Amino acid sequence: MATLAEPQAGSALDDFRAEVRSFLEANFPPSLKGKGNALASVEGPTRETPEMTAWRKAMGERGWGTPTWPKEYGGGGLSKAEARVLADEMARVGAWNPIGGMGVMMFGPTLLEYGSEEQKREHIPGITMGEVRWCQGYSEPNAGSDLANLQTFAADAGDHYVVNGQKTWTSGGQWADKCFCLVRTDKSDKHKGISFLLIDMTAPGVEVKPIKMISGMSPFCETFFTDVKVPKENLVGQEGQGWTIGKRLLQHERTNLSGGGSRLQMSGPSLADLAKKFVGEEDGKIADRDLRARIAKWEMDWRAFQLTAMRVMAESKAAGGVSEVSSILKTIGTKLGQERSELIIEIEGLQGLGWEGEGYSQEELNNVRAWLFGKATTIYGGSTEVQNNIIAKRILGMLDHQ
Amino acid sequence: MAVLSEEQTMLRDMARDWTSNESPVNAWRKVRDADDGAGFDASVYGEMAQMGWSGIVVPEAYGGSDFGWLSLGLVIEELGKTVTASPLAASALAASAIALGGSDEQKQKWLPGIASGEIVATLAVDEGPRHDPDAIKASVSGGKLSGAKAFVAEGDSAGLFVVAAADGLYLVAGDAAGVSRSRRHLTDFRSHAEVSFDSADADKLAGGGDDLLGKVLDRARVLAAAEMLGMAGQAFETTLAYLKQRVQFGQVLATFQALQHRMANLYSDIELMRSAVEAGLAAIDSGGDTRQAAILAKVKANEVGHLMSREMVQLHGGIGMTDEYDAGFYLKRMRVLEAMWGNTAALRDRFATLNGY
Repeated sequence: MATLAEPQAGSALDDFRAEVRSFLEANFPPSLKGKGNALASVEGPTRETPEMTAWRKAMGERGWGTPTWPKEYGGGGLSKAEARVLADEMARVGAWNPIGGMGVMMFGPTLLEYGSEEQKREHIPGITMGEVRWCQGYSEPNAGSDLANLQTFAADAGDHYVVNGQKTWTSGGQWADKCFCLVRTDKSDKHKGISFLLIDMTAPGVEVKPIKMISGMSPFCETFFTDVKVPKENLVGQEGQGWTIGKRLLQHERTNLSGGGSRLQMSGPSLADLAKKFVGEEDGKIADRDLRARIAKWEMDWRAFQLTAMRVMAESKAAGGVSEVSSILKTIGTKLGQERSELIIEIEGLQGLGWEGEGYSQEELNNVRAWLFGKATTIYGGSTEVQNNIIAKRILGMLDHQ
Repeated sequence: MAVLSEEQTMLRDMARDWTSNESPVNAWRKVRDADDGAGFDASVYGEMAQMGWSGIVVPEAYGGSDFGWLSLGLVIEELGKTVTASPLAASALAASAIALGGSDEQKQKWLPGIASGEIVATLAVDEGPRHDPDAIKASVSGGKLSGAKAFVAEGDSAGLFVVAAADGLYLVAGDAAGVSRSRRHLTDFRSHAEVSFDSADADKLAGGGDDLLGKVLDRARVLAAAEMLGMAGQAFETTLAYLKQRVQFGQVLATFQALQHRMANLYSDIELMRSAVEAGLAAIDSGGDTRQAAILAKVKANEVGHLMSREMVQLHGGIGMTDEYDAGFYLKRMRVLEAMWGNTAALRDRFATLNGY
């Protein structure tokens, strides 16, 4: 049963709500209403209009783009209840959070947990202001699902490291200012030889090559490091602690990729409306009864998934942070996203398979790209197979393969 | 697990201790072997009543604790784990019909007896093998009800029937003239009876709004789903424990990745099932529209319960096929619950219609 808030807390929240309302009135331009978080997209920096810049700065300076992060590093310092009020009030006027990206979703929470005081002061404010773009240097050509096999080597050179090696699938690498990177500092131990290093993407010796995908887009890069000098103060945690820190970050990533966060929110017309338009209806029912039943199944699975995401997040918060259960959200959220894309493609027929040119709406073309790009969701961030290994071994206690 | 109040946690823990100590699966095996038609041990239901379970959704003014559906669901889930047989769900559903639609006099007459466990009450809705509340032919004329109801749960021992007639719900006493029952022996060995009403005295539940039957059926769907959740969860745990000790090809089965991934998928499915069932129970407690939440709970329970009970037998191999082992109990009871109050196809159709497609 829900506990009623104490009267005092209630009135304090009311004051806060009034503060949020006047802030939004003063700073959120109605012309940006419902535009979504265009500024945090990993598909490239959108051209920021002056209005968008002003909105980003206003939210950044208030710390409300990262509402629950500590105030001393540029966060909002809000309680969960206040953050909910902020989200509610923003939704009410169609405002969106202009601060996002990998810095907010993955790197920031991890640095707040493992970083030194100096590192937090140096790196967190750039994230809370939405001014510094981060990318992830994890995967390598021979270290995908077997991530701990990574070979990029950081040689100790006294006051700095010298980094050599290659990363791949660096999302948004061509637009990033900095990279949080897993590197090998010791070749004698697969897991304990890994360290967590922050690398400036503009440093000499860093080279980025975008990879063209089946969707026609190039959101991922190959990243090459040739004798890149990285100061030692950019090591997060201890040397050799990288695997522990890196895994923690992956839990944040999974939680965000699962759709429990905001990135995979299903937008656009409902499957049912789309089916009525393309397949037609009889007596108010989608004419293709098999398709109708499968849409109903998808809709129910999606609701059950959303309920699970809310439940798991409430439970993880109570237990003090993200957990291995994030693996469940990742596998199911990404599977449902792909199933929805496949249903859309099926519903629209050949009209839904257009690549370019006349005769297709922008939405139809977007759906095609989203369908193709979406195939990556069950591969990146730890494939479905790897998540199932995690569930089996860490949650269910099934033993390692001998 | 939903966030529980301290009282709910205590209730759940009490139910868990009681089922594992007093009502393990072996207790059900004895009831099954006795095969006396009632389908449950009356003294065991007496114990449940003593603990207050039969009054959980009965208002306090009529002898219950009005402790809510999430609380009742927690108990039903625990009972499901050990396939404990009792008329708890059926009586609670009948009580809820009376609480929602009955006059003060009707409540006064029946609810205290249901809450104390002295009266077993049940719903009599469907008239054929498939759940179809739109096809009810039973009718009432001059206060006398006539019609036949198929597969009424706890129909063999019920002292009160809440009967769906074409124009609403009626109370018919189990010992009223014109009531006759014959046992329908199903695979789960629980009580199911065909009940005939031949001009039996019937007392209408006049309140509760136009869709009283619909509200009661939503509760029935969610309670069935709660029992299925307990069964699926236990089937999973039992199977996992088996895979961790069974050795084949010189290796413990739990080390095989093919089996690990099947278990990981089942575990994830059961998490979704739990969210849907808990949301269904919470929707009833919150007093709003329960239709979609109830369908979601039952459909996820149908889908996941079906798969888990099959996988339990398969992953146990030959031993899962034997009557000596418990897997068969879960498989056979699960299919009965799956068919009750709407199978997956029927509920998907209803969900689509409710959502305008």
